[in-house]
Amino acid sequence: MKLNDEEKAMLAGEAGQVAKLAIEHQLQVGRFFGADDFVPVTQAHIMADTESLGQAGVVWLEKLADANEGGVRIPTITDPRGTDFVHANDLGQADWMLELERRAIEAFVRLGVSMTDTCINYQTILAATRGEHVAFGDTGVVIYSNSVSGARSNFEGGPSALSAGITGRTPRYGYHLDSHRQATLRIRADWTPKTLDDWGSLGAIVGRHAGNYWHVPVVEGLARAPTSDELKHFGAAMASFGSTALFHLVGITPEASRLADVGGDKLPITHRVTHDDVIALKRSYAVDSSVDVVVFSAPQLSLYELRDLADLCKGKRFKRPLLAVTSPQVKPDCDRFGYTDAIESAGGTVLAGMCFYQSYAREMSEAKGWKRLATNSAKLVNILGGYGYVPMLATMQACVQAAETGELQ
Amino acid sequence: MSNASYTSRHAMGKRVIGQALVASDGLSARYDLNRLKGVFSRPTHKLVGQNYIDKILVLDTAKGGVATAWMLHEMRSRNMCPSAIVFNTVNTILAQGAALGDVTMLAGFDIDITTKIPHGAMVEVDPEKRSIRVLSPEEYPTFSIASGDTARVHGPR
Repeated sequence: MKLNDEEKAMLAGEAGQVAKLAIEHQLQVGRFFGADDFVPVTQAHIMADTESLGQAGVVWLEKLADANEGGVRIPTITDPRGTDFVHANDLGQADWMLELERRAIEAFVRLGVSMTDTCINYQTILAATRGEHVAFGDTGVVIYSNSVSGARSNFEGGPSALSAGITGRTPRYGYHLDSHRQATLRIRADWTPKTLDDWGSLGAIVGRHAGNYWHVPVVEGLARAPTSDELKHFGAAMASFGSTALFHLVGITPEASRLADVGGDKLPITHRVTHDDVIALKRSYAVDSSVDVVVFSAPQLSLYELRDLADLCKGKRFKRPLLAVTSPQVKPDCDRFGYTDAIESAGGTVLAGMCFYQSYAREMSEAKGWKRLATNSAKLVNILGGYGYVPMLATMQACVQAAETGELQ
Repeated sequence: MSNASYTSRHAMGKRVIGQALVASDGLSARYDLNRLKGVFSRPTHKLVGQNYIDKILVLDTAKGGVATAWMLHEMRSRNMCPSAIVFNTVNTILAQGAALGDVTMLAGFDIDITTKIPHGAMVEVDPEKRSIRVLSPEEYPTFSIASGDTARVHGPR
C-alpha cells in the first residue's frame, strides 16, 4: 500500500505506539484486500459489547488506554453495550458481566471515545452524508449509511473501527470504491411491505439472495418510499441474513435515481419476491405458539416505534416479560412523552444503551428461563437461534398480544 | 506424494496443518458458534455439534455481523479457536478478526473450495503460497509440534 508521510510516521511510531499498532492492523487488512492506499474518514463507530470482547478484548483496550497517548482523532462513538446497568438484575446478568462492561467503558473513555451506545446513530447522533467516507461498525449502521445516506463504509469490526478512530483513516477498498457500488443483483418486489416485520422479512429474503458481502442488490417495484424506521428494519435484516453492506432502491435511494445509474439495466431480474415469500419466511420461525419473553430490539427503537408500542400497551397487563430497547438519546424523550410509563404500566420494561443479542443472550436465557421469544425484528430471529432460543417473528401488535396472553397468534 | 493444491486471491497468517471441517455453509462466530464449548451451535448449520477447536474450517462465505472481529481474538486467548479459516468469499469482518486474532485465512477461489476439500481430510494451508493442499497419509504429522519459527501444526482431535 502507498503511504503518505503522515502514515509512514505513524508506522514508524512517531505518533506513539497506539497509532503504530492501529496502522499496522489496518495495513494487514488493507493488504489482504488489495487496497492501494488509505482514505481519510470523518467518523468512526465501534461495536464492542463485552460478550464479544471477552476478557482478552478488554485487556487489549486497557493496554491501549494505559499508553496515555491521546486516543482517537476523529469523532468516534459506540454501538450498544452489553447491559443497561439500571436493569441488569432484571435481565439475570451476573456481576462479572457488569464489571467487564465498566472496565471496557472506562478504557474507551480514556481513549477519547464518546459512549453513545447506539446502533441508530443515523437517526439520533450525526447521519453520514452522501460521499462521506466513514468507518462504521454495526452492520445495520453500515448498510443504512451506505444505502440510504450514500456514505461510504465497509463493515468495520471493533478493532478496525477503533484503529480508524485513532489514525483518522481506513484502507481504501470495498465500498469506498466506485467500482464496488454498482448493482450485481437485480430483484423485483411484487409486493410492498406494510409493517416493520414485513420490511425486515423482505430485507431478509433479499439478503439471502445476495448471499455474501460483495453482492449489491438493486430492488425495484416498491410502490412507495419507505420511512426511516422501515428502511432500518429492511437494511438491518438484509445485512444480517446476507452480510450485505449496500443496496439500492430504484427511485428511492440516492445513488439509484434510475436503474441505469447503478448498472441495473444491464442485469436480468433473477429473483421476484412476493407476499407469499414473506409469509413463508415468517412461518419458518413459527414453531411454537407459547412465548416466554417478548423483545423489541435489533435495531434499537426510534421514538416513534416506542410511541406505537406505548399505544398498543395501554390498558393491558402482561403475563410475559416485554422488553423494549432504545438508545440513551431516545430514552429521555420516551420518558418525557409518557411512552415509558405506558409500556411499564402494562408490565413491560424500557431499556436503554444495550441491544438484546449483544447482552449475553445465552446467559440471560439460562438465568431467566427464556427460550421461546417473540419479536418483530427479522434480524433478531436470525441471530438468536445460535444462542439457544426459539425465536418467532410477528407484528408489533401480535407480539404485544403475546406478552398479554402468553401465546403468539 | 501430494494431492491437488488450490490457490486463493487473499491470504494472511502462518502456515498450518490440520484436519478440515468442510461445509457449503457460512460462518459468523456470534450466529453459529457456542464459543464456550467450542462447537457449532446454530441448529441449521451443516456442522452443528462439531468441535472446531484447532480445525481448519473450509466454508462458503462469511456471514452476519461485526462481532467476529473481536470474537476470534477472544477465542484465541482461550486456545479455543480454529487454526485456519478458508472461504470461497470473505467479508471484511472475518479478515479483520483474523488479523487481530492471529488466525490463518485464505479467501477467494476460482472454484468452489468446499467441493474440492474432503470433510475430515488433513490439509496444509500456506498463506505465503496462498494455497490449501490435501495431504497424503505419509505427510500426516505424528505429534503436535511448533515447526520452525512460523508454522503451527495440529493433529486431528
